[in-house]
Amino acid sequence: MSGSHGQPFHSDNRFVMWLERRLPIISFVNDTLTTFPTPKNLNYWWAFGGILAFCLAVQIITGIVLAMHYAPNTLVAFDSVEHIMRDVNGGWLLRYVHMNGASMFFLAVYIHMFRGLYYGSYKEPREVLWILGCIIYVLMMATAFMGYLLPWGQMSFWGATVITNLFSAIPVVGTDVAQWLWGGYSVDNPTLNRFFSLHYLLPFAIAAVVVLHVWALHVPGNNNPLGIDVKGPQDTVPFHPYYTVKDMLAIVVFMILFAAIVFYAPNLLGEAANYTPADPLVTPAHIVPEWYFLPFYAILRAIPSKLGGVLMMGAAVLSLFLLPWLDTSSVRSGRFRPIFKQFFVLFVINAVILGVVGSQLPEGIWVPLGRICTAYYFIHLWIILPVLGLIEKPLPLPESISKAVLSGASPKGANAAPEKR
Amino acid sequence: MSAANAHSENPTRRDFIYVATTAFGAVGAAMAAWPLIAQMAPDRSALASGTTEVDLSKVAEGQSITVTWRGKPVFIRHRTATDIAAARSVELSKLPDPQDDAARTQKPEWLVVVGVCTHLGCIPNTQANYYGGSGWFCPCHGSQYDTSARIRQGPAPRNLDVPAYAFLSDTKIRIG
Repeated sequence: MSGSHGQPFHSDNRFVMWLERRLPIISFVNDTLTTFPTPKNLNYWWAFGGILAFCLAVQIITGIVLAMHYAPNTLVAFDSVEHIMRDVNGGWLLRYVHMNGASMFFLAVYIHMFRGLYYGSYKEPREVLWILGCIIYVLMMATAFMGYLLPWGQMSFWGATVITNLFSAIPVVGTDVAQWLWGGYSVDNPTLNRFFSLHYLLPFAIAAVVVLHVWALHVPGNNNPLGIDVKGPQDTVPFHPYYTVKDMLAIVVFMILFAAIVFYAPNLLGEAANYTPADPLVTPAHIVPEWYFLPFYAILRAIPSKLGGVLMMGAAVLSLFLLPWLDTSSVRSGRFRPIFKQFFVLFVINAVILGVVGSQLPEGIWVPLGRICTAYYFIHLWIILPVLGLIEKPLPLPESISKAVLSGASPKGANAAPEKR
Repeated sequence: MSAANAHSENPTRRDFIYVATTAFGAVGAAMAAWPLIAQMAPDRSALASGTTEVDLSKVAEGQSITVTWRGKPVFIRHRTATDIAAARSVELSKLPDPQDDAARTQKPEWLVVVGVCTHLGCIPNTQANYYGGSGWFCPCHGSQYDTSARIRQGPAPRNLDVPAYAFLSDTKIRIG
């Protein structure tokens, strides 16, 4: 992928060199995971890339073994999940890990995305890297949504009904599209079957895009908390052992939280209604999606028109793809952008409030609040970011990463001890 | 293909062969993809789920039953005089999806509608004392339907759909 600052790869092992001349895979892995020059000032917010790779591996592995026991048919799907929980050796553990693994995956990806937002990781020359990340995020949402239908509980059924009905909002062909997705006139056995097929497929599509994401990362190299370019070898350390070890520590801490939820509160993030088998004739009193969809669900409901709500929800996701061009500031790191920093905090709080709004019944204060927060979401991305880049006066940038790290100095006004490395 | 030949203004036979070959390949690929896409559409067994016959003799005035038709609930309500009066007294211009109650029923006392909210497909609940009689409220996103199952407030774009149905006798209908 990218040339490292080190020497060309060499090994004393004759087989390795024999293989190298035919398929340079050992040097490829070596350049990518070992000698890859990485900015020396990365903080723990940068550990979430490694954490996400861990999450994807956990979901694929537990998913493959769960599929050995699960049956995607409406007559037996619900029972087969209970069979996994009660009869299969360690089945309860596998299912709870997989079920909560989705939540942990989204928790990590949101932190990873907000890190990119704060430190301007989407800016030139990392636009394609950012867009690939957005594609992964959309694939993750599709995968999680289809996986949620599989237990065939009440929330599974009605969540899938509501979301697939979004397509019927498309003018003229909407109903046909929805029926094509269902394979019938409503969510039923054909729907369950195809969702299972695609739920098995998409994680491998995600893995493929992750390869592109890492590839695109290795061309310009990592962004860093200062947001300035690497100027030479004095600004970097090799990825291994420095960041392999740092990432491993972060993964272990993450696993503690993961294990705490799996073992002590496995249903904390789930809905009790999903332990009732799906009934096409009874809608639960209150349908809520999984927590990681709540902000977008709030945006969907904020617009008092079916097509409008669907369009705005789509626009909320698609706006993220355009971020590299919406943010007009050439300074990457929010650390040197005093006004941006405050709006960033506001944006995070706004996203959390949208999530809370999405979890509530659409009545009373939640309706106007949802509309205000939806408006702010778009105003932030489409007005504040472009304008701020033109009017804001950024703080002076440090000369180089090594200078800033060695002097222990952070820019005036910035947080006192950002990186203790 | 226009810039393919720098030395000639006119397309050559070779240009034509390139275009024809590519087009042939594209059409072939599209035709090969078609069955892969079409297999997802509702199959013959789903299409055949056809018709449902319902006996209305046991439905008392003011009572409402739910039957299944094509995997979806259909509400059949034996409306009271109050329900009918409420449905027919409203000004059509005030409705988001204006439709005369008479056009939505074959006999005024029997209302037959597909019980699927036209917003995102949830099943509305019966509400007493709603728009001057018995209406429906969708718990998902708050759509409100009146005694003729017409949308009155909320995000749903249309009134509840009236399925095709016929009275086989005074007390029996066939839906579909």
